[in-house]
Amino acid sequence: MAATRRLALFLCTLLMVSRDLANGGAAPSPATVTADPGHSTGGGQEAATNSSEGNHGATGGHETAPVTTLPIVTWKWAHVSTPYLVALWVLVSWICKLIIEANHHVTNVIPESALLICFGFILGGIIWGADKVQTFKLNPTVFFFYLLPQIILDTGYSMPNKLFFGNMGAILVYAVIGTCWNAASLGLSLWGCHQGGAMGDLDIGLLQYLLFGSLIAAVDPVAVIAVFEQVHVNEVLFILVFGESLLNDGVTVVLFNVFDAFVSLGGARINAVEIIKGIISFFVVAFGGSLLGLVFGLLISLLTKVTQKVKIIEPAFVFVLGYLSYLTAEMLSLSSILSITFCGVSCQKYINANMAESSVSTVRYVMKVFANGSETIIFVFLGISAIDTEIWVWNTGFILLTLFFIFVYRIIGVFFLTWILNRYRLVPVEFIDQVIMSYGGLRGAVAYGLATLLNESKIKEKNLMICTTLLVVYFTVILQGITMKPLVNWLKVKKAAVSELTLIEKLQSKVFDHMLVAIEDISGQIGHNYMRDKWNQFEERWMTRILMKKSVRKSRDCVFKVFHQLNLKDAMSYVAEGERRGSLEFVRNESAFIDFKKKFVDDCSGAMPDITACMSDDYSAMSSMSRIDQVPSVSLEMHEQNMKGVRETEDINTHHLLQQHLYKGRKQHRHRYSRSHFNVNKDENEVQEIFQRTMRNRLESFKSAKMGVSPPKKISKHTKKDQQQKVPNGKSTENGKRYFSGDEDFQFPEGDASGFAASDGSHPFPMTYRAGAGIENPAYIPDLDPMAAEIPPWLAEYDAGPVAPSQRAQLRLPWTPSDLGRLAPLRISTRSNDSFAQADAPAAQQKDDEPPTPSKRDGRNM
Amino acid sequence: LAKSCPGQETVTLYLRGVALRGRRPRPAPPSTSPPPASTSHPIKQEDNLTETRLVSHSQITRLYSRFTSLDKGENGTLSREDFQRIPELAINPLGDRIINAFFPEGEDQVNFRGFMRILAHFRPIEDNEKKSVAVSEPLNSRTNKLLFAFRLYDLDRDDKISREELLQVLRMMVGVNISDDQLGSIADRTIQEADTNGDNSISFNEFIKVLEKVDVEQKMSIRFLH
Repeated sequence: MAATRRLALFLCTLLMVSRDLANGGAAPSPATVTADPGHSTGGGQEAATNSSEGNHGATGGHETAPVTTLPIVTWKWAHVSTPYLVALWVLVSWICKLIIEANHHVTNVIPESALLICFGFILGGIIWGADKVQTFKLNPTVFFFYLLPQIILDTGYSMPNKLFFGNMGAILVYAVIGTCWNAASLGLSLWGCHQGGAMGDLDIGLLQYLLFGSLIAAVDPVAVIAVFEQVHVNEVLFILVFGESLLNDGVTVVLFNVFDAFVSLGGARINAVEIIKGIISFFVVAFGGSLLGLVFGLLISLLTKVTQKVKIIEPAFVFVLGYLSYLTAEMLSLSSILSITFCGVSCQKYINANMAESSVSTVRYVMKVFANGSETIIFVFLGISAIDTEIWVWNTGFILLTLFFIFVYRIIGVFFLTWILNRYRLVPVEFIDQVIMSYGGLRGAVAYGLATLLNESKIKEKNLMICTTLLVVYFTVILQGITMKPLVNWLKVKKAAVSELTLIEKLQSKVFDHMLVAIEDISGQIGHNYMRDKWNQFEERWMTRILMKKSVRKSRDCVFKVFHQLNLKDAMSYVAEGERRGSLEFVRNESAFIDFKKKFVDDCSGAMPDITACMSDDYSAMSSMSRIDQVPSVSLEMHEQNMKGVRETEDINTHHLLQQHLYKGRKQHRHRYSRSHFNVNKDENEVQEIFQRTMRNRLESFKSAKMGVSPPKKISKHTKKDQQQKVPNGKSTENGKRYFSGDEDFQFPEGDASGFAASDGSHPFPMTYRAGAGIENPAYIPDLDPMAAEIPPWLAEYDAGPVAPSQRAQLRLPWTPSDLGRLAPLRISTRSNDSFAQADAPAAQQKDDEPPTPSKRDGRNM
Repeated sequence: LAKSCPGQETVTLYLRGVALRGRRPRPAPPSTSPPPASTSHPIKQEDNLTETRLVSHSQITRLYSRFTSLDKGENGTLSREDFQRIPELAINPLGDRIINAFFPEGEDQVNFRGFMRILAHFRPIEDNEKKSVAVSEPLNSRTNKLLFAFRLYDLDRDDKISREELLQVLRMMVGVNISDDQLGSIADRTIQEADTNGDNSISFNEFIKVLEKVDVEQKMSIRFLH
């Protein structure tokens, strides 16, 4: 609470500052431009106005003596004023949101959007109090070009496609017919009342009324989503309201433009031809916009097919092209909102599949950041805009009647359309859902934006319309928003089931799909399922082939995807568990050990392979940033490869403490700066390696000095070997080869190497070092390498060092998190032999020069 | 496969349907069916059909015309081959399973009644049905819908989905790019999700329980055209 208050205080200060800056900036900026050389106007003046400005003012004081002496620093408010104010306002709005979110018990009762508007009132009041004029308003250009697109793009992109297209018919009916109905009925009724004398003396004609009706007809997605997301209504109701609000925004803008054209044309010149043209234009604009959006969506999909080379700006393409689709539609006077909506809807599937996982989550996240950010700004400014005497023109009749008619016609429209729709719907929209739908007709910023677009020369009562629109927005967002939740609870609206992700549900829903199609085929009707199936086939055959990367196309399957996600989740909880118990060793060295286990105890169906599965997923999650060729639904091959890559570098590192640091480092994404790559600390391994090598050398020299034994040559090889091992997956082969070419004097027989290369089933590596550490593996015992005997016992001890914890880990195994038991054993491939051999037998590797290269290549290729 | 325009059908085939129904010798449905209606009388037959929950008369006539058009042997029953001639079913991964579902155990013919009984599973549940307490549970109740789905897996009819049975279905459903091992682990996990008594298979009760939150009523219903 105290924190909140402090925040509020800070906010106020900030606001004062910004107001003063604006004040100072707006007034004296021309002065500074014109009378710059003469006197120090800007800075000094401001310093005088506000104490909080003091320090700035002081620095500003030095400012203006450009001719006489070189200024060290200058005060250039005018230079930065616009972007500065923008940034400041963005900050202020977001802090408002922060404050609101901090008070959770309030947002439970009053929706966030309503609170933001109220904050807007306060901020507007402060500005008003200071300036006596409303300096900041939501102007239509800013709104339509910079605030709205990202919100619509986000909603389109995160649209649940199946649900959306499944209810497309109903949504279209509500969005098109419903909106036209709302606009026409409101316009006509208001006009009728005007004629009847309910509003006194107003200079508004029928066309203007219709124009007003059209601008206020649309349910606003921003407001609706903000409320409905908090209420968690069932998904059909949600998609109906949401889809409707999204599409009818487009429709209402089109309608608005048509009527606007009619108004400018003037009543007298409108004849049947013009009306027909208007209707045609309506459809052309709406469908043209949607089509344009689809084209852009496909363009994005195509582009993301080839952007893996520029992974770091890959996500940006989505935003730029999405925005371009908006602007292009605007340029062609098509519906820009529909365009960007369908752009998002059409591209989501393909870009999610084409782009690397990290890029996909970036897109998702940034999308949300933008959308949420501008949503916040919009609401705050909706509030701020209200505190302005200019726009407030009160006309009781007009305003109250508008409110009344909007409410009533929405109800009538919804019930009538639903009644028609229910005759054709499989699952009828229930009465209660209809009530919520009609009550959920919140108006929002789009209406306000359109109202401010009105041309004052043509529409005399623009201010009245703006003020009415604002009132409608406040009324619906605040009052209906607040009462929505109790209403939903009171009417016991079916809420969305919070369902866990389970494989069987996914599988079953697929089964249902196939079943319904089959039944429709058998009963010989062309129904909804039939169409969907045909579409899926078409998509599979053409769209996917053209728009998706080949590698992705092969490896996607939704059941498997769920499986992957579940594993990932378990892996995360496993890691969390490991960390909670303070034992990173437990988590880390387990992997090596388990892998060991996995190889030899193939068919062990207990917890062990489960953990391996878990670990591999975990590693893939962690190292996904650094993956080279990435598949969104990461196939298990990828995991193993990854795991191998990780283990390869890790297991050689013998220093435990450091390893722990390495582990943490990876988690914290401690990476070396690079402009074009976001690689998570691959480089750190090199540091490790150097350190390790040094330590080893020291130890050896120490030992040899002490014991009088000269270290075997092989040990010195080891470091080189290490290095070769160390090279990260991607570029290792060449390096490794080059390295080895200089390594002619190697002392080991070729046979050993070939033995390794051929070792799929048999394991020729001397595991004796490990065996010394207590891991019993009968497979190795008969296979003693002749070289093993040469190794001095202390070296064996040394090498065995890293393995020791895995023994401990073995003891701990029974305490693995309980849900791990649910993990199914992962695929066990022959490759795991390679990976095992490489990772788990550092000592073995050092003796054997050829194998790593081929085996690594193996792993990569698979 | 000839699909006549449904618009024409309703009028012309209505008559045809009735006429055909009159003359067609219809073998009594197998013992699995509920109260044995007198199969000889066409009117009663129809009553029984509406009772098996395909309400409207026009739906019945439409489906009957479909039935006859599928029935290449023109013997009043459909064989597996008749179903297999439907081209779309050939590319449906579960096509054969669904065809099998039409045939009661041990039979390889299905008459119109049996045909309708299966289709009746897919009729949406209507409001008035929810309230009225039916004497026998209608075929399109949630449980029966789920039972139908369950039977698709449960080939050996032991009321359990074993790992192998699940694997078979999974194999049909997923692409070739998933290896057997992966599939096996998916199957294991799926069973673990549902299995509560630890017998490594899914019983019908477990099946119902695990799909508790799924809107089966909606997901397993289609609108039959009138």
